Amino acid sequence: MKILKLHKEVISNLNPQKKRNSMSGNMNIKLKVWRQKNSNSKGELVNYKVSEVSPDMSFLEMFDMLNETLINEKKEPIAFDHDCREGICGMCSMFINGRPHGPNDAVTTCQLHMRSFKDGDTIVVEPWRASAFPILKDLIVDRSSFDRIISAGGFISVNTGNAQDANCLPIGKNEADESFAAAACIGCGACVAACKNSSAMLFVSAKVSQLALLPQGKPERHQRVLNMVAQMDSEGFGACTNTGACEAECPKEISLSNIARMNREYLSAKLCSEIE
Amino acid sequence: MKLENKIPEGQLETKWEKYRSTVALVNPANKRSLEILIVGSGLAGSSAASTLAEMGYKVKVFCFQDSARRAHSIAAQGGINAAKNYQNDGDSVHRLFYDTIKGGDYRAREANVHRLAEVSGNIIDQCVASGVPFAREYGGMLSNRSFGGTQVQRTFYAAGQTGQQLLLGAYSGLQRQVGLGNIQMFTRHEMLDVVNIDGKCRGIIARDLVSGKLERHFGHAVLLCTGGYGNVFYLSTNAMGSNVTAAWKAHKKGASFGNPCYTQIHPTCIPVSGDHQSKLTLMSESLRNDGRIWVPKKMDDVNALRNGSKKGNDIPEDDRDYYLERRYPAFGNLVPRDVASRAAKERCDAGFGVSKTGEAVFLDFAHNMKYKYGKQVATLKGINNPTEEQLTAFGKDVVKEKYGNLFDMYKQITGEDPYEIPMQIYPAVHYTMGGLWVDYNLMTTIPGLYALGEANFSDHGANRLGASALMQGLADGYFVLPYTIGDFLSKEISTKSIPTTHKAFEEAEKNVEEKINTFLNIKGSKSVDYFHKKLGKIMWDKCGMARNAEGLKTAISDIQKLRDEFWKDLFVPGESNELNLELEKAGRVADFIELGELMCKDALHRNESCGGHFREEFQTEEGEAQRDDENFKYVAAWEYKNTSDWELHKEDLVYENIKIAQRSYK
Repeated sequence: MKILKLHKEVISNLNPQKKRNSMSGNMNIKLKVWRQKNSNSKGELVNYKVSEVSPDMSFLEMFDMLNETLINEKKEPIAFDHDCREGICGMCSMFINGRPHGPNDAVTTCQLHMRSFKDGDTIVVEPWRASAFPILKDLIVDRSSFDRIISAGGFISVNTGNAQDANCLPIGKNEADESFAAAACIGCGACVAACKNSSAMLFVSAKVSQLALLPQGKPERHQRVLNMVAQMDSEGFGACTNTGACEAECPKEISLSNIARMNREYLSAKLCSEIE
Repeated sequence: MKLENKIPEGQLETKWEKYRSTVALVNPANKRSLEILIVGSGLAGSSAASTLAEMGYKVKVFCFQDSARRAHSIAAQGGINAAKNYQNDGDSVHRLFYDTIKGGDYRAREANVHRLAEVSGNIIDQCVASGVPFAREYGGMLSNRSFGGTQVQRTFYAAGQTGQQLLLGAYSGLQRQVGLGNIQMFTRHEMLDVVNIDGKCRGIIARDLVSGKLERHFGHAVLLCTGGYGNVFYLSTNAMGSNVTAAWKAHKKGASFGNPCYTQIHPTCIPVSGDHQSKLTLMSESLRNDGRIWVPKKMDDVNALRNGSKKGNDIPEDDRDYYLERRYPAFGNLVPRDVASRAAKERCDAGFGVSKTGEAVFLDFAHNMKYKYGKQVATLKGINNPTEEQLTAFGKDVVKEKYGNLFDMYKQITGEDPYEIPMQIYPAVHYTMGGLWVDYNLMTTIPGLYALGEANFSDHGANRLGASALMQGLADGYFVLPYTIGDFLSKEISTKSIPTTHKAFEEAEKNVEEKINTFLNIKGSKSVDYFHKKLGKIMWDKCGMARNAEGLKTAISDIQKLRDEFWKDLFVPGESNELNLELEKAGRVADFIELGELMCKDALHRNESCGGHFREEFQTEEGEAQRDDENFKYVAAWEYKNTSDWELHKEDLVYENIKIAQRSYK
């Protein structure tokens, strides 16, 4: 306890805004967090209490605070994935109160702030659950299946040095914008976590759409969609039954229409390949 | 040790072209037996990896994240520069070259920067070809915007997510080569040492972060594409995992560190909100295209803002001090980052900060939203006398399209709506111009070890211009290194793969293992973050936006004390043979502490102000940075000797094509 106190003093000395924050750090939160030592062991929900939570804190900063306390008590901190904390790298991945990335729309876990919760709330935090995303430890899962899907076809086969002048290829603003909207996917896997079938259709269709909408992507469009879908299926992701949970939970608001576009791409690719 | 920059002879304009056409080649059959290790998968790493693999080399790529796509290049917002002159505003390779040298306050190499400007156009072509959806005009052509330190529009962008789109483009090229079997990818792996054999870098020791196992990897050459070291300040715009470890391990094995004190403090970041803060968030420089920066003129207004009785919008136009427009009429809100940051600090130090902490200024879009964009839309709609409300509504739509994701992020973090009230911003650590010293080939002082992108020191001098980091990362990876590496590898074609049972590998692995065990066995009382925060506080106070000799001396002794305390009183929970995030952090912070000392030492020795390095003792009467070209027109390359002991080597900077002058943006 002494250590904790000492530590707090040091931290408060570090920051001139202590006063303001001690005033606002007035929330008490109860957490139920999934703890699992490694991929071979069984996991369970463990209860924690976090006090002096400021509404200005991000959800992950609240976890930092909890971990700091656990470390000071010589306990194992909770392992979770995170990196940029700006909502763009796609690394953070908490399933909060039954929703990927928590209660707010269009927000990743790292951009979720405690002002979205109330004093006294109990919050349940789990990892993404999908057989294609095995748990590595606590809240960390293995999403390398996404990389393998991209390797199967999520690219344009152009070697460095082959490019013509960029403006030789005019692309209408609307198509460019639509392609960009699909390309905004951060590959976090919330779509899979949200889906009752653990389908990765939104993720895959976003990449298929981005490239299918651009003239550069047209030469390989058939092969691309066939290969990516085959890889997706072999990774153990489920099928799409059009419930739309993926779109509702996507932190980047990737549209369900991408799935429709991918289905069309797939169908036309299949027909063409059968003719061939 | 002698520094040889290997800059080719000849005219600046033709140097690169000539060199590229004469540098030794490796024939395709030999390429297949040459192995290259690449550490880091950001723009530099991914682009180098795919290009080298396409050329036929055997490539292995390592990153500590769970996928190559997570590297922090992904978070770059505003854009990427290229001298395309698509806007017909007089841009040229020479102008981009000149702006970059001047922006860097005449502390970068002419030859490197000119090469960068030359290949800038190819980068845009390459990215478009690989499917990067840049912003476009209605005619289908690429769109551009302005960035600081320039008077032309040469910045290509994809909303506020340019880094994401470029990285995903480079990443898709990398994954394509993974699928083809030309690249072996090692995610959740961290490099913990380089292995030198007979004076050449021949491999690395990496830790599998999931199993905790140490691995040995051989390579004929090793590329470090590991980014910058801004996290030495604890709070920065870097990702939580960004670290200096790979570069630092190389440094301790013989790679000199160039200009470590050159740090970029970005002027437009969301201010610190509390002691819980884990990182700072950038608001893209592109916002300065349309946002005007100001503080109140009157102290009464400042007080009213702080006690909440007034909001920014309540302060009338005449009572606002648009201090950048006032001080720098020629460039206004688009002065380079170092100048803008210092100007913000000057106003806040003078007591005009607009937040409770006193450390914030306004970035205000209301004017341009209404009178620039609102009017445009109104005219298009044929409305001759639009109301103020109409103007705001029209303008808001345009602003939303340009900067929507940034505005949303601001709202998410602060809880305030920047469409309604001006943003509050304050400078924060963002980028490090310093890095491993490299020659013209991008090779460090260890033969066979290269540094690319932010990890090297080479192109930005003492201050980087906005939208030039993405340009440099991709230039190095796509268009520079794949050629220059031939100079080294062409002599290695008869070198057989060295088995990793070699004693140099064995020794390096043993040292890494011992270090890991030491961390776990100290069993002290303080967490890694405790030390990291303390280090950050020392660095920010004494080696941040303004530095002075006395402060730097104190900082050095404080850091040495902190280092001793770290090795005595650290507590790392868990084991080495498992996924252990605290253990990972401990290794990184240990290296940051040592780096911090070198940064202060470098800052102390450089008795001048230049770019991001501002020594209070050396300023003009108007408070601008005062260079000393007679005594400091050189790159400081520090060679590691022992703990707290470095030897300084100087690489003189020669300007044959540019007349160096006091930088002026007035």
